[in-house]
Amino acid sequence: MQPLLKISGLMKSFGGVNATDDVNLEVKKQELHAIIGPNGAGKTTLISQLCGTLKPDAGTIEFEGRNITTIPAYKRAGLGITRSFQITSLLLAMPVLNNVALAVQARDSHSFRFIRAAHKISRIRDAALAALEQVGLQNRASDNTATLSHGEHRQLEIAVALASNAQLMLLDEPMAGLGPNESEKMIELLRELKGTHTILLIEHDMDAVFALADRISVLVYGKIIATGTPDEIRSNDAVRHAYLGEE
Amino acid sequence: MGTMSRKSLVTLFVLAALAILPPIFLWAGNAFYLDLATRLVILAIAAVSLNLILGYGGMASFGHAAFIGIGAYAVGIPAYHNTYGEFDLVASYNGMFQIFLAVGITAVFALITGVICLRTKGVYFIMITMAFAQMVFFMFVSLEVYGGDDGLVIDTRSEFPLINLDNPLHLYFLSFGSLVAAMLIVRTITRSQFGMVLQGSMGNDERLVSLGYNTFAYKLTAYVISGAMCGYAGALLGNFTTFISPEMMGWTRSGELMFMVILGGAGSTIGPVIGSALFVLVEELFSSYTIYWHLPFGIMLLAVVLFLRRGLLGVISGSGKNEGH
Ligand SMILES: Nc1ncnc2c1ncn2[C@@H]1O[C@H](COP(=O)(O)OP(=O)(O)O)[C@@H](O)[C@H]1O
Ligand SMILES: [Mg+2]
Repeated sequence: MQPLLKISGLMKSFGGVNATDDVNLEVKKQELHAIIGPNGAGKTTLISQLCGTLKPDAGTIEFEGRNITTIPAYKRAGLGITRSFQITSLLLAMPVLNNVALAVQARDSHSFRFIRAAHKISRIRDAALAALEQVGLQNRASDNTATLSHGEHRQLEIAVALASNAQLMLLDEPMAGLGPNESEKMIELLRELKGTHTILLIEHDMDAVFALADRISVLVYGKIIATGTPDEIRSNDAVRHAYLGEE
Repeated sequence: MGTMSRKSLVTLFVLAALAILPPIFLWAGNAFYLDLATRLVILAIAAVSLNLILGYGGMASFGHAAFIGIGAYAVGIPAYHNTYGEFDLVASYNGMFQIFLAVGITAVFALITGVICLRTKGVYFIMITMAFAQMVFFMFVSLEVYGGDDGLVIDTRSEFPLINLDNPLHLYFLSFGSLVAAMLIVRTITRSQFGMVLQGSMGNDERLVSLGYNTFAYKLTAYVISGAMCGYAGALLGNFTTFISPEMMGWTRSGELMFMVILGGAGSTIGPVIGSALFVLVEELFSSYTIYWHLPFGIMLLAVVLFLRRGLLGVISGSGKNEGH
C-alpha cells in the first residue's frame, strides 16, 4: 500500500546546524508514527517543513503520492494535513469556541464571506462544539481562551486539529508541560484519535510513545538512526546507546 | 454580555448626541459648533476605517492620511477642470462621479501599496506605509497645476440630487449618515467569517496559515476596504473645507488618526468615534489658547501613548509576532 506521507532525502540547515539531515520516512495510512529524539534533534523543524512554514534545502515530501514539497503552507491544510504547536499558539484574545470554529471554517473553499455573523452559522458552531466535546472542553466553549489552564490549552490544540478534519495530524509534543493526571487524559485522547486519523506524533514522554505508537523513528542530530516497532526500538543497540541513555 | 450591552449603550448615546446636538447648536445661532461636529464626524469615518485594519487586523498603517488626501483631490481636481477647462475626461461637479473616483482610486492605490506593505510586519509595516503616503504627499506638492503645496480652492462643492452641500446641515447629515454606515459596515465585516479570519491572523498568523488560510489575501482585502472607506472620508473633507492641499496627507495627520483609534479604543465600533471627538475637542481647546497648540498636544499624545503603552505595543506585536516564511 502506498504510504500516506513519504519523505525522501530531506535536508535543512540553519547556518552550520543540520537540523534535518537526509531524512527518509514513510507514514502509512491509519498508523500512529512517533518521532522521538533529544531536544534540538530537529523534530519541530521537520514538522514545520511538512506543513510548509519552512522550506527544505533539498529532498521531497509526498502526500498521497503527490509531491507537495513546494506547495505553500495554506494549501497543504486543504489537502488534509494539520498540525498542533509545541508552544501553544492559540488565539488567546478570542473565546475558546472561535479557535475551533476557525478550523471548521477553514474546510470551506474560502472565507470571503462578509455579511452573515460567523457565530450564527450553526453548521460551523455545531462542528466546533463537537470537537470541543471530544477533548472534554465543551463546558469552556464561551470562556476566554487566555483563562484556560495549560492542560486545557493542550487539549484545545488537539480540538483545533480535530476540527480541521485532516487525514494527517502532525502533533508536536502535545504532552509538553502536563502533569501526570493530564498526561494520562491526553494519552487516552490520542488513543481514541488513533482509530480515525493518521498521526505523526512528536513526543518526549517515553511512556506515552511506547504505549501509543505503531512505529517509532528515532531522530538524533537531524538524522533518523532507527525506525521500527516499539519492541524493535527498545532493543535497538544504537538507540539505547544514543538516546535511551543505557550502556 | 454585561459589557457588550454597556458598549451598545455608549454607542447609542454617542450617536444620539451627534444626531441631536449639532442642529440644535445651529438653530441656537452657534454655527461654529456645527462646523466642529462636521469635522469630527468626517475624521471619525477615517478613524473607523483605520480601525478595521488596526484594531481587527493588527496592521498599524501610518499612511492613512494619503487616502484622505487622494479622496479630497478626487473632488477638487474634477471641480477645478469643470470650472477652468481642460482634462474633460474627469471635469465634473457631479458628486456621485467624484465619490466614485475617490473610492475607486483609493481602492486601487490600497491594492497596489498593500501588496508591497503587507509583505512586511511590525515596525517595517509602519514605516513603509508612511513612505508611500509621503510619496503621494510629494507628488501633489509637485503638481503645480493644482497649486503645489499652496493647495487648491474648491469653488463648487459636489452636486447631488436632493441634497445641497452648501447647506451646512445637509453636509453634516450626509457625513453623519456616512459615519453610521461606515460603523455598520465595519461591525458587520468584523463579525463575519471574513472578520474571524482577520482577527485570527492578528492573534497568530502562523496558526491561521497552517489551518489553511491564505492570510495575505484576507489582510489585503481588509486593507483595500479600509483605504477606500478612508478615501470616501477624504471626499467629504474636501467638500467641508473647500480647500485642499498636500498638508491634508502629511504624516502628522496619519499619526493623529492612529491616535484617535488607539485613544478611543481599537477593536471596537464606537472607540474611534470617541477618539475623534476627543481629538477635535482638545485641538479646538488648545488652539484657542495658544498658536503653539501643537506642543501641548504633542505632549499629550506622548503621554497617551506611554500610558496606553501596552495597547500600542499589543497592536504592533500582534502583527509582528510571527516570522515570515
Ligand atoms: N529558525 C531557526 N533558526 C536557526 N536555528 C534553528 C531554527 N529553528 C531551529 N533551529 C535549530 O535547529 C535545531 C533543531 O531545532 P528543533 O527542530 O526545534 O529541535 P526539537 O524540536 O527536536 O527540539 C536546533 O539546533 C535549533 O537551535
Ligand atoms: Mg521541538
